[in-house]
Amino acid sequence: MTAAPRPFGLLAELTYRCPLACAYCSNPIELARYDDELSTAEWQRVFTEAAAMGVLQCHLSGGEPLLRRDLPELVRTASGLGMYTNLVTSAMGLSRPRAEALRAAGLDHVQVSVQADEPATSDRIAGIRSFDRKLEACRLVRELGWPLTVNVVLHRQNIDRIGAIVDLVERLGADRVELANTQYYGWAWRNRTALLPTREQLDRAEEVVTAARARLAGRMEVVHVLPDYYSAYPKPCMGGWAQRQLTVAPDGDALPCPAAQTLPLPRASVRDTGLAEIWTSAPLFTAYRGEGWMQEPCRTCDRREVDLGGCRCQAFQLTGDAAATDPVCHLSPHHDLVTDAVARANGPEPVDVELVPRPHR
Amino acid sequence: MRSTMPTRDTAAGAAKVPPQRRGDGAGRLPVVTGESRPRLGRHVRMRPDRPTGGWVLLGPETVVVLNRTGHAVLRLCDGQRTVDEVVAALVADFDEADALTVGDQVRDYLGRLAARNLVALG
Repeated sequence: MTAAPRPFGLLAELTYRCPLACAYCSNPIELARYDDELSTAEWQRVFTEAAAMGVLQCHLSGGEPLLRRDLPELVRTASGLGMYTNLVTSAMGLSRPRAEALRAAGLDHVQVSVQADEPATSDRIAGIRSFDRKLEACRLVRELGWPLTVNVVLHRQNIDRIGAIVDLVERLGADRVELANTQYYGWAWRNRTALLPTREQLDRAEEVVTAARARLAGRMEVVHVLPDYYSAYPKPCMGGWAQRQLTVAPDGDALPCPAAQTLPLPRASVRDTGLAEIWTSAPLFTAYRGEGWMQEPCRTCDRREVDLGGCRCQAFQLTGDAAATDPVCHLSPHHDLVTDAVARANGPEPVDVELVPRPHR
Repeated sequence: MRSTMPTRDTAAGAAKVPPQRRGDGAGRLPVVTGESRPRLGRHVRMRPDRPTGGWVLLGPETVVVLNRTGHAVLRLCDGQRTVDEVVAALVADFDEADALTVGDQVRDYLGRLAARNLVALG
């Protein structure tokens, strides 16, 4: 077993309830399993333990974290522990009084999701009328003096609008924009065919982003996350399994990444065990820490310290073996599973673009 | 050392560390002159780090664990002092420091942090 490194970030998924129904959502398919949410006191204990482990960043996410009435109290706790607090929100429910309470509680940064540049597309993807309220909330965030990141998940059905999306984010006065292609976990996995863009779409988007970045240099940071299905090598997922970050799900399950609940390993809950002990010794955390678990071709590959074998959850999802090389890698014996999906996305046959929305809750 | 959290949408688009990030300060570095008056970026906090006894910079999606030299530079970057004054103060503090070398290193360091919006050059 490799010694446990220090975690820097905690992703606190406070609830999986969400007013939106985005089909690209990476929340688990079995949402009902997470109804028994941690109490305020339980989350406060988790934050205290995380800070003691050296965690410096606390991301309050979900689902929609604003659905937790105790959110300001939780922010106050995390902030009081010295962690940089980041709210990851749809902005539904970010009223002025709510925002002011969060500001007073010490919230450092707000990240708002927007689904497109105009109401018809954005509301269709979100599954409810939300676009105008999101824009209002972004303006409120800026007015109250927070740094604002706008996050746009890109896919086949909105990526062609990327130029107008960047213009919108610029008008909103955001400090950062994350243009992140969908990654296929949870509901997004179920909707992969309808979401995976074509190579031509990606190339056009890249041109737009390159020009926008040059134009916005020094004013707005533009982060562009490319889809790994189109890469020759896998992403160094999470900076390595259980190396720098951990996630706590709404029911208290601690995870090395938000998709790890899919793996066939024993659950580790903060309701039963302290966070530090889980991080150090729970099988879910130790199984793929370091390089000892690697098989060929990763085991002897020169790039194993660069991409760390890729994503364990994607390897399991596509091959049934969580210790396999991520099939995104062109050296994987299962790489055809990825190239087949890409070929379908680029083929002459029309793609079924019907989306299965995640349920509103 | 830098730790980047996963890009995540609320309703949870991209749950994992991105496959490839472009734009993390890649490309041209901002020009730092002797007359620049650097300070921490608008939304960046510098705080003590208990586990290491050192200091860290915290910003949106960013953690930078500072080494002693980094902290020695940044604690002088108050938006009032010029880079030349920062360098002069550093050289005065360290016996064997040579002003030309320190100046190059400080300008390079601040340029790299400015490219990531962790420092504003003013």
